[in-house]
Amino acid sequence: MTQLILYNVFNGLITGAFYALMALGLSLILNLSGVINFAHGGFLALGAYLAFVLTPHIGFWGALLLSPVLTAAVGVLVERVLIRPLYGRDPLYSLLLTFGLAFIFEDGTRFIWGPATLPFSIPQWLSTPLSSQFFFLTGYRLFMVLLVTGTVVALFVILTFSRLGVRIRAGTVDLETVSALGVNVRVLRSLNFGLGIYLAALAGVLAAGMLGLQPTIGTDLIMPSFVAIIIGGLGSLPGTLLGGLLIGVASGLTTVFFPSATEAVIYVLMALVLLVRPRGLLGEEGRF
Amino acid sequence: MPRLHRRAADVIVWLLLLSTPYWINAVGGYTQLGSRVLILALAAMSLNFLLGYTGVLSFGHAAYFGLGVYGAGLTIKYLVPSTVLGIGVGILAGAAAAAVLGALIVHLRGIYFAMVTIAIGQVFYFIAYRWNNVTGGDDGLSGWSRQPIDFGFGTLDIVRGDKAFYYTALVCFAVAVGIMAAVLRSPFGRTLLAIRENERRARFLGIPVDQHIWLSWVISCTFVSLAGTLYALLNNFADPHDLRWDQSGDFVIMAVLGGMRSFWGPLVGASIFVVLEDYVSSQTENWMSFVGLFFVIIVLFFRRGVLGMLRRQSAAP
Repeated sequence: MTQLILYNVFNGLITGAFYALMALGLSLILNLSGVINFAHGGFLALGAYLAFVLTPHIGFWGALLLSPVLTAAVGVLVERVLIRPLYGRDPLYSLLLTFGLAFIFEDGTRFIWGPATLPFSIPQWLSTPLSSQFFFLTGYRLFMVLLVTGTVVALFVILTFSRLGVRIRAGTVDLETVSALGVNVRVLRSLNFGLGIYLAALAGVLAAGMLGLQPTIGTDLIMPSFVAIIIGGLGSLPGTLLGGLLIGVASGLTTVFFPSATEAVIYVLMALVLLVRPRGLLGEEGRF
Repeated sequence: MPRLHRRAADVIVWLLLLSTPYWINAVGGYTQLGSRVLILALAAMSLNFLLGYTGVLSFGHAAYFGLGVYGAGLTIKYLVPSTVLGIGVGILAGAAAAAVLGALIVHLRGIYFAMVTIAIGQVFYFIAYRWNNVTGGDDGLSGWSRQPIDFGFGTLDIVRGDKAFYYTALVCFAVAVGIMAAVLRSPFGRTLLAIRENERRARFLGIPVDQHIWLSWVISCTFVSLAGTLYALLNNFADPHDLRWDQSGDFVIMAVLGGMRSFWGPLVGASIFVVLEDYVSSQTENWMSFVGLFFVIIVLFFRRGVLGMLRRQSAAP
């Protein structure tokens, strides 16, 4: 039993890490541009499938490096052409636009690569279990945890210390002032969008290694990411991280005791947070 | 728009709706398609009561639509084979859920409200999807059908008669739309417009904004669940996808496409959307891409909606 619980908590942490990576990207875009990027899951899928295409040519490691960068470039392009005209308008429109994009992404991947699950090969030495007692502790899973941790740390370092990061955070609080101080807000928003998409695509490549490739791979992750943001508190990136890990572990534990509620439990958690602490766990008071 | 024009528009809309079953075949449609347009238009108009007239962005209306769908289906399948009761239970389920959940979220604003409504909507989807032995899970709830309506002095056979069902739905539509129009003309309806235009000022005038938004939300969700019950009866089937987030998006795009600031806008939007979807999905497997493209095009080029653009043209000298 202990092992079962341990297994599911670990599993939950990994799921939570995916939610967190995805939700952090969503949060970045939401905070700076006020856009709920429904197509975020589509970008995740794009990252995964690009890695699938690239792997035979440049190997797993090359794909892991290159695919998120390429996807982020696509993201910046989409932001420039489609989303930029909608800044400053009712958020309804950007929501509908990205909603439509999500459809196109999902259907497009299905059209190109087919509806069936495709295998995504990872290096042999990563897929072997590390210990016979804790069979679930494969090298790949450990590697994912390490990589996600490293990425998140890097993200927070960038946001805290680099010039770009400081500007992004400042823009989140008061974009007008940042603009008045001579920062090119358009470029800032584009870079920020690209950064968010980069995180999504990275999550996509990692998820592909664990679950294989499916056109719905991103769509399935988008709702939990919303929940992670709401639980953590809108506007707070550490909150988003916490929210993601929390719902991951919560649904992992629910799998042990009440499997059919695995998906529903995170929404119950969200309702509780909204009831007790409407601004979210780490959200600022009075912002929304 | 001058009052006379609005009257004329009302008359034209009702004449068209009343005569639909008699001309729809001639233009290549079928009565069932007409019923579908009517029902989804009711849903979109109910959403627009909140979206266009109160200025609150809900992206989770499919949940209450779906509660209507499953409320009607489950009642007729397991409790009583009665169409009227099915409709009643469906509406009640939707209204009750909206009243409770609404209290939880009405103080949220803007995109935060939108996000929370999306997420809450998913709960109902997962319940319908996972509770296999009651709801039929992913396969949907089948094995039931709408029943003849017994008025005491005679029965109305809506089971086989497509036209009879269309007119039953039209009566429900007329009642719901009539109530919404009356509410919007009432002093309460005017406060909703005030909240939409400037919430802070409305608050200064002493309007209890949160309470009014809550009431508007409940009215909107109640009529959406009415549409849901009719949709279930139309299909004789309850599909879990009826309460998924993409369905919510469809309602919003119908409202936007027709024109959010016009009372009949969502009806126009629903007609275009449903007919187009019907056509595209019969022509290609990749209808999802087309729907997505449709969304993008509308947002980029037709933000004001069909009626909004017509109005602007007629206003121009």
